[in-house]
Amino acid sequence: MTADSFYGEVLADHNLHPLHKHELECATHCCKGLNPTCGDNIELNLDIRGGVITDGSFTGIGCAVSQASADIMLELIIGKTPDEAKHIAALFRKMIAGEASDEEIDELEEAGALQSISKMPARVKCALLSWNTLEKLIDEK
Amino acid sequence: MNNDLIGKHNFPIFEKYKDLVYLDSSATQQKPQRVIDAVTRYYSELNANPLRGLYELSVKATDAYEGARESVRRFICAQSTKEIVFTRNASESLNLIAYSWGQANITQGDEILVCISEHHSNLLPWQVLAKQKGAVLKFLECDKSGLYTAKALEKALTPRTKVFAIAQISNIFGRLNPIKEFAEIAHKNGTLIVCDAAQSAAHIPIDVQKLGVDFLAFSGHKMLAPMGIGVLYARQDLLEKMPPFLYGGEMIEYVTREGATYAELPHKFEAGTVNAGGAVGLAAAIDYISQLGFEAVQKREDELTALAFEQMKEIAHINIIGAEDAAEHHGIITFTVDDVHPHDIAAIFDADGIAIRAGHHCAQPLHEYLEIPSSARMSLAFYNDETDIARFIATLKTIRRRMGYDS
Repeated sequence: MTADSFYGEVLADHNLHPLHKHELECATHCCKGLNPTCGDNIELNLDIRGGVITDGSFTGIGCAVSQASADIMLELIIGKTPDEAKHIAALFRKMIAGEASDEEIDELEEAGALQSISKMPARVKCALLSWNTLEKLIDEK
Repeated sequence: MNNDLIGKHNFPIFEKYKDLVYLDSSATQQKPQRVIDAVTRYYSELNANPLRGLYELSVKATDAYEGARESVRRFICAQSTKEIVFTRNASESLNLIAYSWGQANITQGDEILVCISEHHSNLLPWQVLAKQKGAVLKFLECDKSGLYTAKALEKALTPRTKVFAIAQISNIFGRLNPIKEFAEIAHKNGTLIVCDAAQSAAHIPIDVQKLGVDFLAFSGHKMLAPMGIGVLYARQDLLEKMPPFLYGGEMIEYVTREGATYAELPHKFEAGTVNAGGAVGLAAAIDYISQLGFEAVQKREDELTALAFEQMKEIAHINIIGAEDAAEHHGIITFTVDDVHPHDIAAIFDADGIAIRAGHHCAQPLHEYLEIPSSARMSLAFYNDETDIARFIATLKTIRRRMGYDS
């Protein structure tokens, strides 16, 4: 990793080496998301058993911001209940809107690396693609 | 030729943003002070509702507006100002053709032929029309370098092909299509040709009579003029038979409770109060280009295109879309960088003060055809300079490294 990484190391790392970008054959739930302005798309797969998200993955095409955001999101929500995942998603939205407190950003752990997106209005849609898809999946569950 | 007109000092936006490298001229061009002044002068000294008022100021406004129409006529060598309809932009002009001419002339089973690389503006109006009328929308395909051949066109035309839609210069490939030759082939088949000149009007001289096109559309804002003024050229005999597109004020001759007769050409197609300030701005832009001369414009743009192109070819992991010869690109270089999404490319350029475009550039079917999700595009104009190209290349070389790749 080079020192002058454009989006910072956390994002670059999740973009180059995503942990959760793969198919998920055991998935119980699947939802597709599309960003029509740029054509980027995501397919989010979750394995929800006994009220807990036991595993998850994503596939699709997108920029570094959208890919890293999706990977970090899965890192945060695996092991949580759908309600807890929705709570995290709400916090993430608040952070991207530039309205989250320091404590709330701490709660978002690695996703806090996307904080600077609140200052890049053209990229908000990229950061939110996976989170929108997550909320849609849970609401339609 | 007036060489003083070529430099950035004529454009106030570069005075305001001294470090801006603007390489998105295909999306919209910057405006010279002269054009801005012409619009200001119209609203300061000539403004009234054109074509309506029976007083001196309205006559002046009408003269300014109709004078602009004459400038456009000369600019594209149309026979008559009756063939020049002012619209908002090329998109509206193309919609006007599809709605007005298309609704009256396309019937079930007819075929509409559209190039695969068309901007959505020269695709969607035809797609909608085809659906409404039960007509068939067919695509003419190019090779990977953006080349369309006469042979492929001849093969694609059938006795049912009523209209063929093609851009003079593609907004992705930058390639100049052989409109004159294609118009002859289309006409031999009894097919009309619609030419989208949005990307060409600022860069090459247009002669609608020599080209032999039936319809031609372009936008003012892509050729130094204000946003919100565009042009539709159509052959007079076609316009005469076409029904109005929009209905309202100043496009009528006589209105009763039951019906109306419509105004003469071209006013039949210009309902409501017109964009006289925009038209005057467009006339000033045409003056500007005419004084500078297309020869100078092309020479400068070709030099800068070649300068960027030759350096881009030498950089590893950069893939240029379209022809391998810079001369075929007309100031437009669309490219991808291995493993880096175009949005990230544009974000890095932006961080370095360089404006380029990323995405599908309103040409999704083409990207699908080329099997790439999206691309980045740099597009230049005569007001760019060698420093702009040097800064563009310098940033381009850093992109993969800044995204975390070793080389």
